[in-house]
Amino acid sequence: MAFGAFGAAPGAVEVDAAPQRRSPVALLLLLPGLAYLALFFVVPFVSLIITSLQMPDPLGFGEPGRYVNAFRWENYVEVVTTYWPHFLRSFGYALAATAIALLIGYPLAYFIGVKLRRFKMLQALLLVLVIAPFFISFLLRTFAWKQILSDNGPVVAVLQSLTILPDDARITGTPFAVIFGIAYNFIPFMTLPIYTSLERLDLRYVEAGGDLYASPASTFFRVTLPLSMPGVISGTLLTFIPAAGDYINASADFLGGPDTAMIGNVIEANFLRVQNYPVAASLSILLMATILLLVGLYVRRTGTKDLV
Amino acid sequence: MRGIRFGVGTWGLAIYAVLAFVLILTPIAYTIAFSFNDSIKTNIVWRGFTLEKWATVCVVENGAVCQAFGSSLLVGGAATLGATVLGTAVAIALVRYRFRFRGATSLLIFLPMATPEVVMGAGLAAQFLAAGVAKGLGTVILAHVLFCISFVVVTVRARVASLDPAIEEAGRDLYASPGQVWWRITFPLLLPGIVAAALLSFALSFDDYIITSFNRGPAVTFPVYVYTAAARGLPAEANVIATAVFVLAIVIVIASRLFAASREKRLAKA
Repeated sequence: MAFGAFGAAPGAVEVDAAPQRRSPVALLLLLPGLAYLALFFVVPFVSLIITSLQMPDPLGFGEPGRYVNAFRWENYVEVVTTYWPHFLRSFGYALAATAIALLIGYPLAYFIGVKLRRFKMLQALLLVLVIAPFFISFLLRTFAWKQILSDNGPVVAVLQSLTILPDDARITGTPFAVIFGIAYNFIPFMTLPIYTSLERLDLRYVEAGGDLYASPASTFFRVTLPLSMPGVISGTLLTFIPAAGDYINASADFLGGPDTAMIGNVIEANFLRVQNYPVAASLSILLMATILLLVGLYVRRTGTKDLV
Repeated sequence: MRGIRFGVGTWGLAIYAVLAFVLILTPIAYTIAFSFNDSIKTNIVWRGFTLEKWATVCVVENGAVCQAFGSSLLVGGAATLGATVLGTAVAIALVRYRFRFRGATSLLIFLPMATPEVVMGAGLAAQFLAAGVAKGLGTVILAHVLFCISFVVVTVRARVASLDPAIEEAGRDLYASPGQVWWRITFPLLLPGIVAAALLSFALSFDDYIITSFNRGPAVTFPVYVYTAAARGLPAEANVIATAVFVLAIVIVIASRLFAASREKRLAKA
């Protein structure tokens, strides 16, 4: 085996050769991490399912937060009939925000990854700017948008003086502000994976498209876009999944209002404020199930296998 | 290469990119600018430039801002340490060894990343409630380690996969003990990946609000402070902390890029 170090041609590293080994060391390495995930991810999920089926404690005298284990599957029926508009809103907002983030992120990634390929320093600098929002608190940058878009803020003033916006109209508190806020917060998550795909794109394929008399648009849709699909898929998933569960942008203290509550707001309010744990738990299970279903369908349609 | 032309399309794209960057940077600039605002109590209207808020950062509201920041550093440090150790071990095992339940293991690592924070937060909180664990900084750290592990595994795994096992073999052939092989060969070669994973973990932990809010009990981290204060008006000192962290993070990122570039040059020469 050791002779392989001398025998192998430079650069021809056979990474796949290694996983053939079986060793008790593997167990030693895996056990702590996997036990942690089992204890704090799998067990809580079971806990969540048990909580979602609980009923009010008959000896609790209607005190908040007192529930006993039961098999009250009606909880699920009740939350769906009560909160289906919140579900629709969550997935609608998440979808719209993902689309906006894609419309901003793809051209940006294309510009940095393809057009600036010869300018390595500029490329590196612009990538730092793309991820710059990561380094300023998520809550503070959302709060900053709240101030910028507020009724007395510059954006509303300009739009009103141009009579684009009526005098009594506002931006914060509307679905538009919430969708915009979510889209903004996930631009880096969208742009980076697409950049990674486009940066590796072999430009000779694009040239070939032109040589074969394809229009730039048809070259883009039939060569560039398909080759960058892995990046588009991870970018959209990295945006859509957290967006569907987000409740900060939609909160009335940030960009939302009373009519923009998403499913995350309902879960947060039920769990932390009114202590209605079964409702919060059954909504969480339904949210997770819906997301897994949608992601499964999406991944199957687009035909990717490796997610991790 | 003939493919790149600076035609009308490219200029259009460049303008679009500039506008996108204006959008990306606007709230950052706003947050930084308002750390220098001579505000009274709430920090909404621009009242003039001052450096005073940078001096009073640990004084205002009896030091609430600074204490929250300190808690965030503590949680971030502990969570990063835990997640990096656990995640690195899993990453090495995944690349190097063959074992049963490989598919199940990959799924277990992928699922936390596909779970919305609100679900993960509620699940852990339900678990702590059922087990009768009192919530506080301890439970926040446990929760943060959890959501950081998967990201560490994914980041470090890429680095392990690019490592030639023959180098370690050579070490063993030269009678190095397993400990020596790890500390003198494997660990230094994996270090860039491990550092990247640790920085990512710290950033994720430091900025987390949702999972923290479900598992914090009375503990207040910096994002929790911001969320609670946002309803009644945020003091400029919160912007001071955010600005300082931002500048520090940007410096670290640029320094690490320069370091990586010079290292590549050195390796290319050798």
